[in-house]
Amino acid sequence: MEPTATCWIVRAYLGLVLIFLYLPIAVMMLMAFNSSALYELPFVFDTIWFEKLASNQRLLTASLNSVVIAAINAVVATALGTLAALAFARYSFRGRRLLQMLLFPPITIPWLIIGTSMLVFFFWTGIGRGLHAILLGHVALSLPYVIVVVGARLASFGPELEEAAATLGAKPGQAFFRVTVPILAPGIVAASLFAFAVSFDQFVISYFLAPPGVSTLPVEIYTSIRKGFTPEINAISSIIILVSMGLLLLVVRNYRFGGER
Amino acid sequence: MSRVDIENLVKRYGAVAALDGVSIAFENGEFFGLLGPSGSGKTTLLRAIAGFVIPDAGSIRFDGERVENVPVHRRQIGMVFQNYALFPHLTVEENVAFGLTVRGTSRDDAAKRVREMLALVRLEGLGARKPRQLSGGQQQRIALARALVTRPKVLLLDEPLGALDRRLRQAMQVELREIQRTTGITTIFVTHDQEEALTLSDRIAIIDQGKLIQVGAPKSVYERPGTVFAAQFLGDANLFAGTQAGDRLQLAGGDTIRTAGPAGAAAIVRPEKLTVLPAGDGRAAGFDNRLEGTILQAVFSGASVTYRIDVPGLKDPLLAFMQNQEGDVLQPGTRIVAGWSAAHTVTVTA
Repeated sequence: MEPTATCWIVRAYLGLVLIFLYLPIAVMMLMAFNSSALYELPFVFDTIWFEKLASNQRLLTASLNSVVIAAINAVVATALGTLAALAFARYSFRGRRLLQMLLFPPITIPWLIIGTSMLVFFFWTGIGRGLHAILLGHVALSLPYVIVVVGARLASFGPELEEAAATLGAKPGQAFFRVTVPILAPGIVAASLFAFAVSFDQFVISYFLAPPGVSTLPVEIYTSIRKGFTPEINAISSIIILVSMGLLLLVVRNYRFGGER
Repeated sequence: MSRVDIENLVKRYGAVAALDGVSIAFENGEFFGLLGPSGSGKTTLLRAIAGFVIPDAGSIRFDGERVENVPVHRRQIGMVFQNYALFPHLTVEENVAFGLTVRGTSRDDAAKRVREMLALVRLEGLGARKPRQLSGGQQQRIALARALVTRPKVLLLDEPLGALDRRLRQAMQVELREIQRTTGITTIFVTHDQEEALTLSDRIAIIDQGKLIQVGAPKSVYERPGTVFAAQFLGDANLFAGTQAGDRLQLAGGDTIRTAGPAGAAAIVRPEKLTVLPAGDGRAAGFDNRLEGTILQAVFSGASVTYRIDVPGLKDPLLAFMQNQEGDVLQPGTRIVAGWSAAHTVTVTA
C-alpha cells in the first residue's frame, strides 16, 4: 500500500488500539519481575515475587477455589447449555421464543444487581453463602453464553444430518453421539472455555456470595489491593495471562471456527 | 426389496391438509416418481414413508406389515436427501459404512460392503476424502452408496438431482436408473421436474393440494391426463373449454371438436400433435379437427418450430410444435389451419 496520509492515520490508529490494550498488561508482567515493591526504576530482574507468591497461602487457596469452581462451572454450564441449545434449535414447543428472549437480559443486567438479588434470594431460601452458592451463581450466569455459542454452531447445520443417521439405522443416542456431538464439538469447546472464563473472571457475584474466610482469586486480589498493593498480584496475574493465552492458542490451532460445515 | 402400500393417508398441519386421503400401491422393484408443485404434499408423503411424519390417519405397509408406529431407524429404509446430508466430519468410507457401523457389522464385512458400494457408484479410490472435497455429482453418488449399503427395503429420494446443473443432472439420471436396475430396489422419488419424472419413472403420481390427481406409466399419464391440472403440469397442453354437444365439444366461437371417447366440457391436445398448414392447403381435410387462425409468433429452434396461433373464440393462443422437415417457417400474420386427430384429443375434468 502507498504510504499515503490515510494509510498512516489507519496505522497510527491500529497502533494506539494495540498500545492501550496490551501496554498495561506488558508493564504489569514486567513489574512482576522487578525487584522493587514500589515500581521503582531502573528495572532489576528478580523472581522474588513468585517466591513470595508460592508461600502466600491465602492467594494460593483462593486460586485453587477459582480454578475448581471455574472447571466445575464449565462442565455443568456447558452440559446444561448444550441441551438447552439443542432444544431451542431442534424442537418446537410452547413458549420457545419467550424462553429464548429471557436468555438475554442476564447478560445485560449489571452484575452488581444480579449479585445483590442472588445474595438476598440465597439467604432467603437457605442456600446461604459459600463456594456452593458461588458455583450456583456462576452456572446461572454462564448458561446464556453457552446457549448462544452452541446455538450458533447448531444453526450452521440443519436437522437433516441427524435424520440421515436415523434412516441409516442409528438409534437416537447413536445419532447424537456419532453425528451431532462431533459436529458440535468446536462449539462445545468454545462454549466451555467461555463458561470457564466467565466464572474465573467473575468478581462481583463471588464477592457477594463469599462468606468471611472464603474467597476466589478475584475476591482475594481485591482484598489484598485494599490492604496494600504488592507485586505478588502482578506475579499471579502474569501466570493467569500466560495460561489463558496458551489455552486460547491451543483452541484456535485445533479448531477452525465456522470453517468446517 | 419390498412393496409399499399407502392407504387413505391423512396429515394435517393446523387447518391445512398436507395429505388428504392419499392411497398408492408401490410395486416391488419399481421406480416411482412423486410429482407435484411445491407445497403439494409430495415431500410430506415421502417423509411419512420414511417415518419422519406420523400420519393422523391411514396406513403405511411394507410388504403387508404396518409401519406407522415403527421409528425411522427401524424401518429399514434408505434415503437420499436434497442436499445429500453427508456427514462432514467423516470420510467418504466412514459415511458409506455408517449404516453398517451402527448395526454392529464386523469390520471386515463392513469394509467389503463399502468397497462394493463405492464400485457400484464408480467412486473407488475416493474413500479417504472428506465430503467437502468432492464435486456435487460425486457427493450425490456417495449419498446413494450410503443409502444402499444396508440393503434397505425401499429407497427414498428427495429431489435427488435438484442441486446439480443441467448437464450433470442428465448424466446422473441415466446412472441413477442404471443403479436402480442393478439393485432392483423399490425406489420412490420426489421431484417437481416433470421431465425428470417422465425420464426416470416406471410409474408416476401427480399430487396437488394433498390429493392424488393421477397415477400411471409416464406415457399414459402424459397422453391421457384426467384433469386440466395433470395435463398442464405434465408438459404443455392446449385447453379447449366449452360445452358438450352430443359426441362433440362445442367451443364459444361455434367450432366443434371431436374427442377420443365421450366428449365433456373440456378437452386438451398436446402441441406436438398439431399440424400447422397454410390456409387453403388441401391436406387439412384429412384431420378430424381443424381450427383456422393467424400465426402470432414463430420460434425456430433447429429441430423444431414452435408456433403460437391466435384462434378466434379461444381464450389462449394455440401452441403447436412442428418438426422441421420441409417447407418454410410460417411467418407471423400468416393465415393458417391447424389440424389434429380426434384420437389425440383427451376429455378432461377441471
